[in-house]
Amino acid sequence: MSEAKSEVFEEEDTLQGKFLTFPLGAEDYGIEIKFVTEIVGIQAITPIPSIPEYIKGIINLRGKIIPVMDVRLRFKKEPRAYNDRTCIIVIDIKEVTIGLIVDSVSEVISIPDENIIEPPYVNKNVHNKFIESIAKINHAVKLILDCDKLLNEEDLEELEPLL
Amino acid sequence: MSINSSDDKYREMFIFETMELAGQLEQIILNSEKSNGADPQFIDEIFRIMHTIKGSSSMMFYKHIALLTHSVEDVFFYLREEKGKAFDYARLTDLVLEVIDFIKVEITKLQAGDDRIGDPSILIQEIQLFLQQLQNDPPAGQGEMGAELNPYEAVFTFVDGCEMENIRAFGIIHKLKDKAENIRHFPEELIDDENSSEIIRREGFTILFHSEEPLESLYDFLQETLFTKSLTLSRREKAVISLEEPLTDLAVKTSETPEIPETQLQPDSQKSMSKQSIISVNVAKLDRLMDLVGEMVIAEAMVTQNPELANLELDSFHKAARQLKKITNELQDMVMSIRMVEISTTFHKFNRIVRDMSRQLNKGVQLRIVGEETEVDKNIIDRISDPLMHLIRNAIDHGLEHAEQRKEQGKAEIGTITLEAKNAGSEVWITVRDDGKGLDKQKILQRARDNGLIIRPESELSDREIYAFIFYAGFSTNEQVTEYSGRGVGMDVVLKNIEALGGAVSVDSVQGKGTDIIIKIPLTLAIIDGLTIRIGDLKYTVPATSIKQSFRITPADVIVDPDNNEMIVVRGQCHPIIRLHERFKVPTKVTKLHEGIIMMVENDGHIICLFADELIDKQQVVVKTLPSYFKKMNGIAGCTILGDGSISLILHTSDFFS
Repeated sequence: MSEAKSEVFEEEDTLQGKFLTFPLGAEDYGIEIKFVTEIVGIQAITPIPSIPEYIKGIINLRGKIIPVMDVRLRFKKEPRAYNDRTCIIVIDIKEVTIGLIVDSVSEVISIPDENIIEPPYVNKNVHNKFIESIAKINHAVKLILDCDKLLNEEDLEELEPLL
Repeated sequence: MSINSSDDKYREMFIFETMELAGQLEQIILNSEKSNGADPQFIDEIFRIMHTIKGSSSMMFYKHIALLTHSVEDVFFYLREEKGKAFDYARLTDLVLEVIDFIKVEITKLQAGDDRIGDPSILIQEIQLFLQQLQNDPPAGQGEMGAELNPYEAVFTFVDGCEMENIRAFGIIHKLKDKAENIRHFPEELIDDENSSEIIRREGFTILFHSEEPLESLYDFLQETLFTKSLTLSRREKAVISLEEPLTDLAVKTSETPEIPETQLQPDSQKSMSKQSIISVNVAKLDRLMDLVGEMVIAEAMVTQNPELANLELDSFHKAARQLKKITNELQDMVMSIRMVEISTTFHKFNRIVRDMSRQLNKGVQLRIVGEETEVDKNIIDRISDPLMHLIRNAIDHGLEHAEQRKEQGKAEIGTITLEAKNAGSEVWITVRDDGKGLDKQKILQRARDNGLIIRPESELSDREIYAFIFYAGFSTNEQVTEYSGRGVGMDVVLKNIEALGGAVSVDSVQGKGTDIIIKIPLTLAIIDGLTIRIGDLKYTVPATSIKQSFRITPADVIVDPDNNEMIVVRGQCHPIIRLHERFKVPTKVTKLHEGIIMMVENDGHIICLFADELIDKQQVVVKTLPSYFKKMNGIAGCTILGDGSISLILHTSDFFS
């Protein structure tokens, strides 16, 4: 068992400080790579009645049914028609698997800890709610997503009063 | 965290194994009770099981269980060492059953995450007392069993010229029978073989036997034989004697307990039970395997029916594709069959209930089990147990008469409850049959009339329809339940449980002869018969069992009330219409009721009509749960993947009634 444990640590080490980045509108966003299980192209989505607009429905990921969330709609941005560059980033958080629909993905980068700073406190800004931190890389800025909050409890409750 | 999860895994394993063992134990003890403990093997079995439970529970730090099982182990260790010792069998059975109950309660608590630990000390005391009594008992003069005690070998030579050596030898054997068992001697034929005297004169007379007596007293005892020239008596090593057939034969003959023919079979079935090569697999892994196979079937269709292959001459490709299809189909069947478990464990659990009730109510009852090898989906097995228990209790309590009554009617004094399982198409039928007094049709009719349940002319009601009244809620809670000839307590609960499994219950009864209650359940919950319907561009699946009928209507059939609620009159009854496209907010072109299809669904006696665009297909679908992200969805039971890889939501029709 100790062996297995150390393996996990090693794996975490290699994933540490790496981020998958994707553009959304004018900004670049990043997701900690340890949450990401895979990236797939856009595929047929089955809508589900009475769920928030930003949850587009469910997809069949090799036999596993997972919900998909349109990140644009989640951030209250203008929706955009899906095309062959549209991607679904499949993330795994606290045993919940969910797909994030993004316009496209850019790359995986390493960001040293010292380049990551706390986001400024403005007020209860909707945009800031999902941002865990801000990373500076060569004068560019990436917004690191807080995946937990992306599908956090308060939003889950919105799903309950269905029909 | 990883430590916690592995802890959970061990606990899960422990719970599973211990429950399994407790079940086995119960079965063994009940089986051997039937034969009054005539099978010595059960001591070993129980010892082994107790030992296993003790080991695993002390490993898990469940000290109370370990202590309890340890004390039982002590008793069986003693019994194992002192084979053939007479003891109070009924008391032992009761004790072991109490222990099983204690363990079961503790395990259930464990499952529920209840940390309060039961106190086994009283039970342990009782067991220790029992053991003390056992140890204080004088050794039984005559053991019942052909078992190894202390093996001895005695060699006699007689005084020369004493004559009739064979008769003298026979006398010794005869005398020895009081003190020893498993007696074998050489020469084997004493009286019938004329040469035996000659052999004894030449080689002496050798006796192999087992006895509880110490060497000295045996020597003294044998020494008394007249005309003995020399006697050597020695303890043999165990390995010397082999318990061969003649010996066991002898043992069975001397056994005083009458054997019921069944007991001959039971040790075999037990053996096969414990020797089955079974591995326990986490159901989640099986689900994953099933997902993968389902995915493969879809992938296969995508390859073999790829549009790019159209109009190409591909003879060998198609041949290979057919082969692939055959294999994937077989694979799918096999994966399905893995989830299937024999119903026997569930059935055998009821032995205990029958025994307990039989004692409590003072009715002679035997449980007959037929078709225990029938296989049913694991999930269903878990949920069929409660309803069955209810039915069996009812059958014993209300169905079977007391012995005197049975005698008067010329029936066997001991009532029989038959539990039968068999496959019928994609269903499993489980019958609970008693040979009791049967249902009283007139009384049921009377009760139904009183409760206002009869809406049709009584002459039109078939027997089955009349019996079906017993399933109505409150039907039995009438004050005269006990006088009333049968069934009742909680039959509505039974029906509900079975219906929740997608099954059905029906009753057959002949007054004075008995009652059959037949439960029909689907083979598996993972696969249902579904009707695929279309609403707009989306496909939904409705479980076929929930639909009473589907039909088209004309505009004239529809009534609209001032609140714009739509209704339809079918056979004089008015039912509300629910438009699924409105309910699910799906855009569709079919909005006129007479253009689409109406499906009538029933729940708890109420009927509503669901409106959809069209009915596409009827097919078997594999049920999948929705992602946990969605919590409980109203109106949707789950989803399924259709042949083309698209997802179809499965409707939960009873949600539409609220």
